[in-house]
Amino acid sequence: MPTKIEKDEHSGTDTTGHVWDGVRELNTPLPKWWVWVYAACVVWGFALFLLYPSIPYGSGYFHGLLGYSSRVEAMKGVAEMHARHAADMDRIASADFATIKADPKLVATAEAAGRIAFANNCQPCHGAGGEGHVGYPALGDDVWLWGGKVEDIAATITHGIRSTDADARNSQMPSFGADGQLTAAQIGAVADYVSTLYGIATPGPDVQKGAALFADNCAVCHGDKGQGNREVGAPPLAAKVHLYGNDRATIVAQITRPRMGVMPNWNTRLDPATIKSLALYVHALGGGE
Amino acid sequence: MVEPLVSAGRAPVEYNEAIVRKFIIAAMFWAVVAFTVGVYLASELSWPQLNFGLSFLNFGRLRPVHTSAAIFAFGGCALLGTSFHVVQRTCHARLWGGDALANFIFWGFQFFIVMAALSYVMGYSQSREYAEPEWHLDIWLTIVWVLYLLVFVGTLMKREEPHIYVANWFYLSFIVTVAMLHLVNNAALPVHWAGTKSYSYFSGAQDALVQWWYGHNAVGFFLTAGFLGMMYYFIPKAANRPIYSYRLSIVHFWSLIFIYIWAGPHHLHWTALPDWAQTLGMAFSIMLWMPSWGGMINGLMTLSGAWDKLRTEPSLGFSVTAVGFYGMSTFEGPVMSIRDVNALSHYTDWGIGHVHSGSLGWVAFISFGAIYYLVPVLWHQKALYSARLAAWHYWIATLGIVFYISAMWVAGIMEGLMWRAYDANGFLQYSFSESVVAVHPFFVIRMLGGVLFLIGALMMVYNLVMTARGRFADAAASPPRLAGGLAPAVGD
Repeated sequence: MPTKIEKDEHSGTDTTGHVWDGVRELNTPLPKWWVWVYAACVVWGFALFLLYPSIPYGSGYFHGLLGYSSRVEAMKGVAEMHARHAADMDRIASADFATIKADPKLVATAEAAGRIAFANNCQPCHGAGGEGHVGYPALGDDVWLWGGKVEDIAATITHGIRSTDADARNSQMPSFGADGQLTAAQIGAVADYVSTLYGIATPGPDVQKGAALFADNCAVCHGDKGQGNREVGAPPLAAKVHLYGNDRATIVAQITRPRMGVMPNWNTRLDPATIKSLALYVHALGGGE
Repeated sequence: MVEPLVSAGRAPVEYNEAIVRKFIIAAMFWAVVAFTVGVYLASELSWPQLNFGLSFLNFGRLRPVHTSAAIFAFGGCALLGTSFHVVQRTCHARLWGGDALANFIFWGFQFFIVMAALSYVMGYSQSREYAEPEWHLDIWLTIVWVLYLLVFVGTLMKREEPHIYVANWFYLSFIVTVAMLHLVNNAALPVHWAGTKSYSYFSGAQDALVQWWYGHNAVGFFLTAGFLGMMYYFIPKAANRPIYSYRLSIVHFWSLIFIYIWAGPHHLHWTALPDWAQTLGMAFSIMLWMPSWGGMINGLMTLSGAWDKLRTEPSLGFSVTAVGFYGMSTFEGPVMSIRDVNALSHYTDWGIGHVHSGSLGWVAFISFGAIYYLVPVLWHQKALYSARLAAWHYWIATLGIVFYISAMWVAGIMEGLMWRAYDANGFLQYSFSESVVAVHPFFVIRMLGGVLFLIGALMMVYNLVMTARGRFADAAASPPRLAGGLAPAVGD
């Protein structure tokens, strides 16, 4: 098909003479600004090759005239921020809690460190204000499973609960129902008794049976009045705050096949000063002893 | 169908329009699926309870359904359909290989899409972004894709035109490069010939580099080169104007395909990828800016002398706005690839906004433009059912995009700033959860933007169905195209 170069009326530019399904092309030269910006970007690109690590060869690469390394740059920023609190955090790591509390500057640093460490590590389970969720203890009240002194809290954070750490807080509640130690009727009776400890049920015939069963099976850990035992992390039952809920079905389920929470040992993830800061922060949430 | 008019001395060609119609119907179907799933995912991000604790509604399983439906199902059907239309018309030749082969490609591609989506919701995935299907589906897609390449090249070989039109260069580069990307990135060893699980040939930082070489060039060759091919045919057709600059099309085509392929490492700034590879990715991304803009200049300047057509040709508004979003995204991309900008933008919702200004603004809008133009042509109607309805679609969808990308800019920059903020003691100022709370309102706005985009697409489907059925709502308001001197199915 012969090509027929035409002049476009609107632009005054020649076409290339090709036509495809009615589509023509103008033979407009490259826009000058486009060529110059393109050239500038190419120059910029080659300048980057020259200044920064770029061309690989065999076993190595050209390191660039600036000696730049993204790893070094990133670590510089980390070191700069670390320097702002390094001295205080070193003292927090070595001092005991009484010494820390006596020094307002250390307290301020520990508060800042504890706040963000809590928000980034503890908040997903325990809530933004330590309010807790079902199965995850509230930290802002005065009901403690393993102790509410700042030293206790630090030990719990450090070693975890039922974690892989050798010094973990560890205890097992028996599966009274699943292992056949109590019948369903007996468990119901115990649940009725425990409900009276919660203050949501009144004594009745089953409750008397339940009280006897409680004395035989439960009191050894939870205490004869259900006051709990922090040595074995046995929750106080005669309290208003309950880990898994306080309705009868939940109590029955817990006696039948208990849920037992796990908390990681943070000593493999956080340094001692951060853990102590966290302990101080949690202690100050409202329930510290 | 025989063309109503042909140039003197040329025998009329009976084009295979049925295959194009099939792909256009599939494209609109998958568009609605992709946008619906997108809206649901955006809602899940705002209100996670919408998981309902069901594994197949989980964000991790639905997300690849959304991305694959948008890119490969909607975008892919639009590309395959329009490429079959464009290659036939601009070569003045019926599709090579016969109708059965074309139909096999259509149904083979649909089978791949359905199987891929099913496998995602059932929990099967290679965990490679935009390449999630497991090895057996990858092999099936390879077969379909190679046949597609054969049909396309076969049609080019039997063309009656002396030259190959620029749109076909772009379509061909898309088909060839996607084949190469697919083969390399999916190099994996199945655990068992009868099982679904496989392990990648690559590992560690090399694996990441191969994955982002693939991911970036899926953007470059699927979502850029392919849709530029679409633009190079449908804008001059709808505007009835010659392409602005043949020379620019040559220079920007070769620049684009040479430079794009090197830019992938910019997805891996500040990672274990060696610094030299990061620098190369950044430098090539900067050099890519003008080659990308060559397509924008050619698209916009082609309308020079025909801007009045925007009033009468419903498809052009979409096409022109698409080119505008294309220009914006291809400027934003190089900026984000600069290492220090990336330190702020990476892992934030800025990236999500960037992707969607490209996918909603460019890919979807250029496809909408092409499809609004094509449906009256393919179903042999004198005009669209309603140009007014198309105009409503245009404004609602544009508003949706603006909602979406501005919400993501604000959310992304806020996240970037919150994550890097330190207090006077050198501790992080904000926790990650605080940044999640902070962006929640913008996630809701993003979802609303998606709803608007979806509503627009549903209006489009209605408009196209009525068009195909030969109805005209506003014949007076929208003069038939012939009145503007434009005969849709004319070859001269």
